[in-house]
Amino acid sequence: MAKTRPFAMLAEFEKPAHVMSAAEKVRDAGYSKWDVHTPYPVHGMDAAMGMGNSKVGWFTFVGGVTGYTTGMVMIWFLNAVDYAIPIGGKPMFSPWGAFPPSYELTILFGAFGALFGMLFLNRLPKWYNPLFKSDRFKKVTHDRFFIVIEVDDPKYSEAATRELLENNGSSHIEIVED
Amino acid sequence: MSDHAPAIKLEAPPVELERERLVSNNRDLGEISDQICDVMERPTPLWWKICMVPALLLLSMLGAMVAYLVTVGVGVWGNQHPVMWGWAIINFVWWIGIGHAGTLISAILFLLRQKWRTSINRASEAMTIFAVMCAGVYPLIHVGRIWYGWWLFPIPNSNDIWPQFRSPLMWDVFAVSTYFTVSVLFWYMGLIPDLAVMRDRCKKFFGKFAYGLFSLGWSGSNRHWRNYEKAYLILAGLSTPLVLSVHSIVSLDFAVSQLPGWHTTIFPPYFVAGAVFSGFGMVLTLLIPLRTVCKLQDIITVRHIELCCKVTLTTGCIVGYAYFMEVFIAWYSGSSYEKYAFWNRAFGPYWWGYWAMIGCNVVVPQFFWLKSVRTNLWVVFFLSILVNVGMWFERFVIVVTTLAREFIPANWGYFNPSPVDIMTYLGTFGLFFTMFLLFLRFLPMIAISEVKAVVPQADPHHPLGGAEEGGHH
Repeated sequence: MAKTRPFAMLAEFEKPAHVMSAAEKVRDAGYSKWDVHTPYPVHGMDAAMGMGNSKVGWFTFVGGVTGYTTGMVMIWFLNAVDYAIPIGGKPMFSPWGAFPPSYELTILFGAFGALFGMLFLNRLPKWYNPLFKSDRFKKVTHDRFFIVIEVDDPKYSEAATRELLENNGSSHIEIVED
Repeated sequence: MSDHAPAIKLEAPPVELERERLVSNNRDLGEISDQICDVMERPTPLWWKICMVPALLLLSMLGAMVAYLVTVGVGVWGNQHPVMWGWAIINFVWWIGIGHAGTLISAILFLLRQKWRTSINRASEAMTIFAVMCAGVYPLIHVGRIWYGWWLFPIPNSNDIWPQFRSPLMWDVFAVSTYFTVSVLFWYMGLIPDLAVMRDRCKKFFGKFAYGLFSLGWSGSNRHWRNYEKAYLILAGLSTPLVLSVHSIVSLDFAVSQLPGWHTTIFPPYFVAGAVFSGFGMVLTLLIPLRTVCKLQDIITVRHIELCCKVTLTTGCIVGYAYFMEVFIAWYSGSSYEKYAFWNRAFGPYWWGYWAMIGCNVVVPQFFWLKSVRTNLWVVFFLSILVNVGMWFERFVIVVTTLAREFIPANWGYFNPSPVDIMTYLGTFGLFFTMFLLFLRFLPMIAISEVKAVVPQADPHHPLGGAEEGGHH
């Protein structure tokens, strides 16, 4: 049997209001390596956890700019430089005619930026997660709410952390092994 | 947050002003999961098997017709001079249009914060993807020598010639392939948390493995939800201009040409409205039977059906206005060709198509003004089918009447579809319904985590969400 060591303290909550007020207390207590797990995005939880705006937008922006530039440069190069095809006396390159495909590529690359940016920021796909060893944690996709505080957190202490979570409405607390 | 500020207590609205809840019978979070997953977890229902048989037969027919077309050539279709664009483009535009409702529901209604969309967005997005697949069959096979289909894309070939980007047909290639790709990305991203739900419920090894693989290790972390919701918002924001551009570009295939009846500036908005109109027709056609056979009446309520009817009515009125405006401009333009084109549509050899279009697209949606109609599901189902019939005729009228009667009478003709045309079209229904039925059995047909988020049990400030009397925790 492989050696195990404690990974985190897992506290279960039954209602979104309970987990939210507990999250505010955990935030105010100054923990840093912790997270809230919920079956759906709880409105207001970002503030309760003290988190700012997501950075996904930057990935989309870079994707969109790349897409538009790719479209315009590609069409100019293909139809005006590499193999010019004269059609009805029209200019070899016109930004107006090149706009629709470039517009579509802006959206295409921007969408790739949003999805893959989100996955990158979340470090997904994640092949191993010690939390999945807990049977109770399976309910996180059903109807339960969890606060996870890692043992590596500098503020973590088995007794004090347990007390904080218990006093703030957790219905069940367990230690998850790595 | 502060302990000193007194909680603001809001008066509850009077009973008559309270909105009907989006999920009826006060289902809580767990029950929502159970109800939606039950569609996939129960043994294969009889209705599913009964529907799958004709779907697979039609799909086989599509395969046979495409094989026949490829071996013999496009001459097996009814296309001939002067109508060289026949059912292939009609059906292409029709299927693409149907897809538009899915994107409207998933993206535009999301930006407009219409929370009722959560009950129907997943199935509608699936409809979009499968409809675009059906549409995509046509551009691929209509080129005749389909082994040159890749010439549509800017891929280097031995002749060193590139696609010609001044043609709207080339724009269409980019619009439709982007539309398909982004629709799949958006759909898949929405599925990730729900695949995790399936992963945690599934008892069978293969299901657990497959759902686990595609849910990417999702654990419902709020640090993840934060990026996820932002990405969702951005994808909605990108899909909105995308869906408006797709049918606009499809309409440019016609509007950029010089033919009377096609060369009009009204085409892009008119096509987009028609697309959303027909798409909502299809959403209603699919969801009305599904909510009953899948026992999802609590989640797809009559209110949802009513709201879809209202969108259908609105877009139907825009379409009706566009028909009127086309005729007015034809008269006002003073161009004899333009005037003739519209006179010919209404009273020429294809008069039946024109009046079927007016009847189904302008008259039929007017019934949706009545609440008694909107809440009678049999009537709504019947009318929603008429909407789709009408929109097929609209594309028929636009494509065929103009081509059959263009400038020189020596070029006039009459279009008749061949049996291969008809069987190919019916075959695409096989493709659509096969995909849709498989979707119903293997993926959650309703966005579980999104529906959970709109019930009062999910709201930390609602008593059902655990909030104490007087508001915030």
